Amino acid sequence: MRATVPNPFDELMEHAKRLTDGDTREQIVASIFQTSRQICQETVTYTKQEKRYETEKLDRIFTSKIWGFPIMLAMLAVVIYITIAGANVPSSLLAEFFGWLEGYITLLFQQLHAPSWLHGILVLGLYRGTTWVVSVMLPPMAIFFPIFALLENYGYLPRVAFNMDRLFKKSGAHGKQSLTMAMGFGCNAAAIMSTRIIESPRERMLAILTNNFVPCNGRWPTLILLASLFMAAGYTGGWKTFATASVVVAMVVFGIIVTLTVSWILSKTALRGVPTHYTLELPPYRRPKIWDTIVRSTLDKSVYVLKRAVTVAAPAGVLTWVLANIHVGDTTVLAYSAQLLDPFARQLGLDGYILLAFILGLPANEIVVPILLMGYLSTGALIEVDGLHSLKQIFLDHGWTWLTALNMMLFSLLHYPCGTTLVNIYKETKSKKWTFLSFAIPTAIAIVVTFTTAHLVQWFGLL
Amino acid sequence: MTEAKLARLSDANPGERFRITTLKIEGTMKRRLLDLGFVPGSEITVLQKSPLGDPTAYRVSHTTIALRKEESDHIYGERIGNE
Amino acid sequence: MNKREYTIALAGNPNTGKSTLFNVLTGLRQHTGNWPGKTVIHAEGFFTYKNEEYRIIDLPGTYSLYSNSADEEVARDFIIFSKPDVTLVVLDATALERNLNLALQVLEMTDRVIICLNLMDEAKKKGIVIDIANLSKKLGVPVVPLAARNKEGIEELLETVARMVHGEINTTPLVVAYSRAIEEKIAKLLPLVKEVVGEEYPARWVALRLLDGDTSLLHALQHHPHHFLKEGATYACHCAKSV
Ligand SMILES: Nc1nc2c(ncn2[C@@H]2O[C@H](COP(=O)(O)OP(=O)(O)OP(=O)(O)O)[C@@H](O)[C@H]2O)c(=O)[nH]1
Ligand SMILES: [Mg+2]
Repeated sequence: MRATVPNPFDELMEHAKRLTDGDTREQIVASIFQTSRQICQETVTYTKQEKRYETEKLDRIFTSKIWGFPIMLAMLAVVIYITIAGANVPSSLLAEFFGWLEGYITLLFQQLHAPSWLHGILVLGLYRGTTWVVSVMLPPMAIFFPIFALLENYGYLPRVAFNMDRLFKKSGAHGKQSLTMAMGFGCNAAAIMSTRIIESPRERMLAILTNNFVPCNGRWPTLILLASLFMAAGYTGGWKTFATASVVVAMVVFGIIVTLTVSWILSKTALRGVPTHYTLELPPYRRPKIWDTIVRSTLDKSVYVLKRAVTVAAPAGVLTWVLANIHVGDTTVLAYSAQLLDPFARQLGLDGYILLAFILGLPANEIVVPILLMGYLSTGALIEVDGLHSLKQIFLDHGWTWLTALNMMLFSLLHYPCGTTLVNIYKETKSKKWTFLSFAIPTAIAIVVTFTTAHLVQWFGLL
Repeated sequence: MTEAKLARLSDANPGERFRITTLKIEGTMKRRLLDLGFVPGSEITVLQKSPLGDPTAYRVSHTTIALRKEESDHIYGERIGNE
Repeated sequence: MNKREYTIALAGNPNTGKSTLFNVLTGLRQHTGNWPGKTVIHAEGFFTYKNEEYRIIDLPGTYSLYSNSADEEVARDFIIFSKPDVTLVVLDATALERNLNLALQVLEMTDRVIICLNLMDEAKKKGIVIDIANLSKKLGVPVVPLAARNKEGIEELLETVARMVHGEINTTPLVVAYSRAIEEKIAKLLPLVKEVVGEEYPARWVALRLLDGDTSLLHALQHHPHHFLKEGATYACHCAKSV
């Protein structure tokens, strides 16, 4: 009719179209459900009525008007508290052990009359970079993720999405963004892939652009370390852990607020649109296999951290050492770059070395602190770093105050996503523009926020 | 079975049961709802609202599905009393 | 007899334990979690049973196969075009009614189906008793009860898979009866469908999709059939990577 040579496929399609009316799908699905129901009636029997609605009873607590939000906050706080309390001792022990080992390795180098640059690259660069990442990252992550996996396997995450949905809707975002954010706690790069559960391209883009406002495993340890060294300094024992945990929880909550705000602004401007329809299934709570989950998740995370330590921290350590030892005039490349950045960094309540560490840390967040320490150490006489106490001394020697720590935490929370995440964003969006924006938006926010806190604190003379 | 007085699913309160008559919504969302068991003739139980008032969780063919008001507004049927 | 590799697809609603089963069979470590949508990248793995090689594909979980979304199209296309030797439909035994919906759709597409009734341990805890033999009789395909996480029922499943790939199991998949009006339309459309798309594809199912106005399927049939048959092997090669 339309084409001169009718394609049999088109003809078939035309034919079918003439036969259908609007609600064919409805009739088809209704018949299928009818059949399912019939089959079930004849094959399924329920023997324990009281057991059937257990999940619903639990939901009346976990998603109740009064308890829904307090429970979420409490869960977050408890997970972080346990992480901090549990990681403290192993972290110190590891740091001490690596420091002790370093002494012997150095001795060995001396014995072999190895040139000092070789010792520098291999021990002061590679070895230190790697072992710092391991001692600072491994214990907290090996505690945090098993607990998180237990909650995930129990079925708590969809409840978080259910509770938070309204907030996301108000900011024009998709309710399942909570789920992708939860994945971000583990790794932002992986979370970018998980945004595939959001079908609408606009809302998916929102989820991608804001994902790095939840701290990933490369940043948790930084937040925990700085919070415990500087924010909880006035406390001891259990209270110290509590204060540290509170600060970290506050950071996470702040990240969520920024996520919602940025989503809201974007959905009023560059990504204008209304929230699309969606449905969320709340699966039954299932008791996880506790021991299996813990063992597997601890092993997986440990292997992951160790692998990252080798593939990212080791080269970064070498590079930093090299930069700190190539001289131009009477200063090193590292020191020179830090000086260059210093005036700007000061405006953000940071210093040149911190900013430089963030810049060099682009490939992976876990190397920021090691690079920073190496930078600091390269400026003065080489001190022995044994244990985590001496870390604080290094920071203090470089003029740190609680404000420096706070701003570094804020910058870490808010700044551009790591290299791997950016690559994934490009792969998923296939757009240079959006990849650039996913770099630029967080960076701008990190700068504005740290600038504001730095100046507010000065203004009020709080320091 | 009065044709005249059809209620919206969004009007039903927690604890109430509801029998779907028709979905006045088109496109992907309708199909998605059908797939989940929101088909004409099926019975739904309203479970509870989210702490912030929306969405609402429903029991439909032995599973729990949450819908925003935007969706449940378009599902019509009869309220058939409390559980 | 020449040795060949058999292909198995894992289909099912989200969160029914497909990845868990995949991990048990392949020894890989796809991530699993109690929320719908955990798997976003389909994975491929291999295993050997009784000296025979199997390739298994973890498809994304979907509520239906009606091409409402990219995921559903991926799953549908794999079953239709790559023609796996066996499609395992993983069902949640605690929500059989909703889950059967998808199983019935798969039965319309292929007769090489084994129903995996997973999460039997949870069903037992909730006092849900399922008459497996009767269910199998009604559906016309084997039904294997499983508790994938506890590795229960795996041996029986593998045995059933092996028998099916060797053609030792005759299946008679249930044919869903639709309303008179729809059945009449199907009858009208069937001859033409068979003529145009050939015997290679399930005609009744194609007719239903056409009545449903699913143009994407016809496009796929028209443009990709041979391409898909050959490329089927490569499509799932984002191997075993997941979030
Ligand atoms: N009790 C019990 N839990 C199980 C069983 N099989 C899987 N699970 C749990 O069910 C949840 C979902 O399992 P997955 O394997 O991630 O499900 P999936 O079908 O791959 O889900 P999607 O990727 O979202 O489609 C996980 O928390 C598993 O630990 C089982 O046999 N018994
Ligand atoms: Mg999966």
